[in-house]
Amino acid sequence: MSAIAEKVWDVVVVGGGNAALCAAIEAAESGRSVIILEGAPKTYRGGNSRHTRNFRCMHRGPLSVLTDSYEEDEYFDDLIRVTKGNTDEELARLAIRTSEKCLPWMEAHGVRFQPSLSGTLSLGRTNAFFLGGGKALVNAYYNTAADLGVEVVYEAQVTHVEIEDGRFNAVEVEIAGGAKQRIEGRTVVLASGGFQGDIDWLARAWGPAARNFLIRGTPYNRGVVLKDMLDQGADSVGDPTQCHAVAIDGRAPKFDGGIVTRLDCVPFSVVVNKNGERFYDEGEDVWPKRYAIWGRLVAAQPDQVAYSIIDSKSANLFMPSVFPAVQADTLEGLAEKMGLPAGKLRQTVDAFNAACRDGTFHPTELDGLATEGVEPQKTNWARPITDPPFYGYSLRPGVTFTYLGLKVDETARVTMGGRKLENVWAAGEIMAGSILGEGYLAGFGMTIGTVFGRIAGQQAAKGAVRGENSHAA
Amino acid sequence: MPLDQTRTELSTTEEARRQIEICNACRYCEGYCSVFPAITLQRSFSDGDITQLANLCHNCRGCYYACQYTDPHEFQINLPKALAEARTESWERFAWPGIFSGLFQRSGVAVVAALIAGFALLFWAGQALRPESGEGFYAFLSHSVMVAIFMPAFLLPLLAIALGLRGYWSEVGGASVRLSHLKRAFAEAARLKDLSGGVAGGCNFEKEDRYTNVRRWHHQAVMYGFLLCFASTGSATLLHYVFDMPAPYGLFSLPKLLGIPGGLLLTLGGLGMAVLKTRGEKELGAPALWGGEMAFVLLLSFTGASGLALYAATGTALVGILLPVHLGAVLAFFLTAPYTKMVHGFFRLAALVRNAQMQEK
Ligand SMILES: Cc1cc2nc3c(=O)[nH]c(=O)nc-3n(C[C@H](O)[C@H](O)[C@H](O)COP(=O)(O)OP(=O)(O)OC[C@H]3O[C@@H](n4cnc5c(N)ncnc54)[C@H](O)[C@@H]3O)c2cc1C
Ligand code: SF4
Ligand code: SF4
Repeated sequence: MSAIAEKVWDVVVVGGGNAALCAAIEAAESGRSVIILEGAPKTYRGGNSRHTRNFRCMHRGPLSVLTDSYEEDEYFDDLIRVTKGNTDEELARLAIRTSEKCLPWMEAHGVRFQPSLSGTLSLGRTNAFFLGGGKALVNAYYNTAADLGVEVVYEAQVTHVEIEDGRFNAVEVEIAGGAKQRIEGRTVVLASGGFQGDIDWLARAWGPAARNFLIRGTPYNRGVVLKDMLDQGADSVGDPTQCHAVAIDGRAPKFDGGIVTRLDCVPFSVVVNKNGERFYDEGEDVWPKRYAIWGRLVAAQPDQVAYSIIDSKSANLFMPSVFPAVQADTLEGLAEKMGLPAGKLRQTVDAFNAACRDGTFHPTELDGLATEGVEPQKTNWARPITDPPFYGYSLRPGVTFTYLGLKVDETARVTMGGRKLENVWAAGEIMAGSILGEGYLAGFGMTIGTVFGRIAGQQAAKGAVRGENSHAA
Repeated sequence: MPLDQTRTELSTTEEARRQIEICNACRYCEGYCSVFPAITLQRSFSDGDITQLANLCHNCRGCYYACQYTDPHEFQINLPKALAEARTESWERFAWPGIFSGLFQRSGVAVVAALIAGFALLFWAGQALRPESGEGFYAFLSHSVMVAIFMPAFLLPLLAIALGLRGYWSEVGGASVRLSHLKRAFAEAARLKDLSGGVAGGCNFEKEDRYTNVRRWHHQAVMYGFLLCFASTGSATLLHYVFDMPAPYGLFSLPKLLGIPGGLLLTLGGLGMAVLKTRGEKELGAPALWGGEMAFVLLLSFTGASGLALYAATGTALVGILLPVHLGAVLAFFLTAPYTKMVHGFFRLAALVRNAQMQEK
């Protein structure tokens, strides 16, 4: 039995991303003994949090790098719009309100902010960007946790959370592929993310098409703890069949491609499926408002792949892509390089070109430059694809996270059969479904993780004291 | 078409370009230094652009520890290393005459050999050309012999460096320099802005992913120590020729008031840099240069220390040994300067000037 298995920890934290770290730091600052069990090796620690770039923060006046103000109601309205009302208002408002206090807390615990990145100026008021991105944030928190005496174990895959009569006793964990160990704790915080890393589970939920999805973040969020809790009867929220997917570069790695695999060319392009047919209005709205819809659209196409084609007029209108575009001097040449039926592609593009009308093209706003007489219509930015060289990108659905999660109350406490578990809390993606029923608001994932991670850590610290006292009695 | 398949066959410049293009799609590190804002000005990068970006990088390492794509990720990002190697190669390309390129930069042994040669020459000069009379140092080595050795030893390297800079400027496509460019570049160099990590308030070196200013402060000590020593020698030259006041100088003379603090800063800063160097991760720089760089900072530190020792020994017989030792070190330092890590200061400054031009547009 290893040293960590010999003692009873005040707080056992499952997971090693943003939510887990916030919980661990809060609990350790209350003087509790804390152990973090991170399933990933050290180089990949931090789950999806290591891929993030900002968090959305309410503020009543200029705050750190945030300009102007962003008040509770505006924030809430933005949330309601993307979730189509599928939101727990009480928890959402709690997250929004608390976010304002989180920013100074984050700074005090080592996170550094920078003004919004070039190419993302529209977020400068609402979202605070992490200097160096999410991995730098995760590093800062691991350092803070280390200074507070938190024990961190990497490659520690939790396989089972032992719950008896509504009380948590211990977790079962495999460390670096070794034999199962039992680690005892007075309380537990579950912060191990969603299940999108488990492709089989995705395929069961979504259908076989999911096997062709790319996973934008960590392969280590396989939902093992989530499933274990649900199997034991924990209450769940969120649509089990749904995941948040966006259209990304089809050549991205299967896992962990992160931010760079995004592709912003769609609004300026013609998008066809593998049969060379268009299937949706490419110019419906600005890309940040449409990339999630395109995730689903591409998922519904044969082989879950699509091809975005532009000509030289549009080549510099969007953020650079991580992989160079496929390039050819003729459409037929491009079709051949991309494995598309050349004749059909030519027909589709010709029909589209013929439907384009004269007018002013304005790349950064809805310009109303629409096609006439082609199905589907393109309602903005419709310019004929005529000027060589032609460029093509493949698109695939990239999964950001899953919605199914543990149901929690305003203290982040997990319930089972409607009854609060005595000493089990959850934070981050594993419970985000409690707030986000569908859709997504940029930067809200880190807000949920920070707010509820901190709450969970504080509550667990108190719970551990109660647990200790009741043991002594 | 994963990016990594042909990586092993990429040249240093191509590898740097591969990584820079990934960074340009990411931009998470925009707040650390001048390199990223320069990257985002462009979509494609010529060889000259890579040279410019490589010389703009101060190797603060912030972007390495913050990167989600470092080994073992298939994108294999290690931008500090890629830029260090591209930078090194560029200095070797610009070195004049080409036969010395890389010699002292890559080889600590060569630096030591130069030092020993410096000692030997000065001891020989001290023996063979001992003056009949003279005061202070000049009792051991006459002023005219010193000038005969150090004039060319100072001017030739300067010429070589100037030629190197000319090559740099044409490769990066530099425009004509205006005062505003110089102002900005010198202000950034004076603060070592690009070693500050931006809002991080520190760089990453001896404590891995924790930000600290220890390396920056030591580098400041070396830089300002060196400049003070240089000013001390300059002031002595002026006193000698313009005011007809030859050495030795007392404690409250300009050469000493500049030289003593300068020597202390150079000695201690250089030692500190050397100690730090043993703690930083080798693989985040150009590993092949480690020995040459180490020898270079130790040579700097030794030059400062021997100068201080020489001053402390004033009036004793030890001067007979310490003088050639110190002057030998100075000689070795100057003669190797166009081919050691010393050139980084000149090229970095040129890169900052060029960057000021680019950002102005
Ligand atoms: C590419 C990308 C970019 C994003 N950008 C943003 C952004 O800019 N802003 C934003 O707010 N949100 C963003 N998100 C969403 C955001 O990443 C998540 O909402 C947030 O990171 C969730 O934090 P978390 O701590 O709950 O989960 P994670 O950070 O994913 O952490 C889960 C942790 O649990 C560990 N784990 C999993 N299973 C086990 C187990 N069985 N045993 C032990 N440990 C386990 C994992 O290794 C991991 O460390 C982005 C997501 C992706 C994929
Ligand atoms: S070093 Fe990594 S995190 Fe930083 S900009 Fe480049 S790819 Fe992004
Ligand atoms: S090492 Fe530092 S100076 Fe160099 S590119 Fe990275 S962040 Fe910029």
